[in-house]
Amino acid sequence: MELITPDFGLIFWQILVFGILFFLLAKFAWKPIIQSLHEREESIDQAIKLSEETKKEMAELKAGNEQLLVSARAERDALIKQAKEAADAMISQAKLDAQTAANQEIEKARIAFEQEKVAAVASIRKEAASLSLDLAEKVLKSQLKDKAAQEKLVSEWIADVTLK
Amino acid sequence: MSGKSIFKKVYFSNIILGLFISLFSFSAWANEPAAAEAAEHAPQQEEKFDAGKMILHHIADEHEWHFFTIGHFHATVPLPCIVYTESAGLQIFSSSNFKNEHHEEVPYQGLKLEHGKIHAENGETVYDISITKNVASLLLSAVLLLSIFIGIGKTYKENPHRAPKGIQSLFEPIIIFVRDEIAKNNIGEKHYRRFMPYLLTVFFFIWFNNMLGLIPGGANVTGNIAVTAVMAIIAFFVTNLNGKATYWTHVFAMPGVPKWMLFIMTPVEIVGVFMKPFSLMVRLFANMTAGHIILLSLVSLIFIFENAALGIAVVPFSLFMNVIELIVAFIQAFIFTMLVSTYIGAAIEEHHH
Repeated sequence: MELITPDFGLIFWQILVFGILFFLLAKFAWKPIIQSLHEREESIDQAIKLSEETKKEMAELKAGNEQLLVSARAERDALIKQAKEAADAMISQAKLDAQTAANQEIEKARIAFEQEKVAAVASIRKEAASLSLDLAEKVLKSQLKDKAAQEKLVSEWIADVTLK
Repeated sequence: MSGKSIFKKVYFSNIILGLFISLFSFSAWANEPAAAEAAEHAPQQEEKFDAGKMILHHIADEHEWHFFTIGHFHATVPLPCIVYTESAGLQIFSSSNFKNEHHEEVPYQGLKLEHGKIHAENGETVYDISITKNVASLLLSAVLLLSIFIGIGKTYKENPHRAPKGIQSLFEPIIIFVRDEIAKNNIGEKHYRRFMPYLLTVFFFIWFNNMLGLIPGGANVTGNIAVTAVMAIIAFFVTNLNGKATYWTHVFAMPGVPKWMLFIMTPVEIVGVFMKPFSLMVRLFANMTAGHIILLSLVSLIFIFENAALGIAVVPFSLFMNVIELIVAFIQAFIFTMLVSTYIGAAIEEHHH
């Protein structure tokens, strides 16, 4: 029975001690502990959220970069292709021009040569004519030294004339 | 003090208890011839060992802190007696005044100490608010709690966003456990913060006093009905003063119940309001006292059978029981806090039928 009879003294001290304990602990221990636990959790939560957002942004940025890279590559390829085409066109144009110029030169040379040839042939012909005239003159002179031969000839010519 | 050293201490206390028990058994064996000798010299018969008396003495409160007695040597710490009587007013004196040099109880200034209670020789009422063994232990635990938790509180205040360090990291999980598993689960996200200081104080008060009680020579504070009664009364006021309209309608006019049933329901509910803190009081008291009784009974076995060899069986078993008691110390603190928070949760809940 003594065991389950509460003592007045102990009740008094328990109320006093527990009351003081509650007051002091609540003010100087639990308040800062609960507060800072809450703040810490909040800050960790925020940090995690921030890191997740940053990660997402980074991923987006990376995707954007890749896209940029792809388009840059395509542009570069297009530029190279264009440049190549232009170069090819220029080369073929140059080839063509060179060909035409060469052809013209050849033609010119041919024409000059032709003219030279004609001139040469003409001069040879003239030479040959004057030579043959000289020759004929010499032959005639030699043949017509005597009178008989001259007369014979004149007579032949006359004969011819009459025939016509 | 770091967290590690606390565990070491607790572990150490078990070893001490083991040693203590074996020492006791040894001295019992060694004292046999000595006792016979003493019986020859002393005219009075050597008192036979009474386990029940010894146990009740150990779990009860006393006006001095008695650690052990070897032969005629009594290792006791006298404690201050604070007594108020109408005729003599407030008196403060050492409890050693109640004992003479032969360790016999003697009256002092018209007061006498009988069975751990101070009575006035002239029969008037004595208001005894002495610093008894339990009060001393209570004050010790209060100093311990204040120094540990105010210290931790300071650390939190100085760097609130850092990871816990040292003793802080020992108690932080427990504080979070009380907050998340006990307060948040039972009271709810909306109101729990208001009750956190109370619940944490209750939890650590009970836990620390339970643990202190397990140290050999420690006081049985949480196994004392006065202490648990005060805790229960505080819980009663905290619960009912925070009671919302829904709570009171559930007590006096349970909704959704036929009118005639209320004649039965309402008295039951009203009894329930008082029964809840009453059960808190009895549960903590009975659990802690029972634990002490078991441990003391096991030790007593050696003295009852007057056989040191029994120690081979008793020491491991009491070591085992002591470990169980360590768990019980935590569980009882947890259960008390848990139940108080469920009562608070029920009181502040707002239903919408």
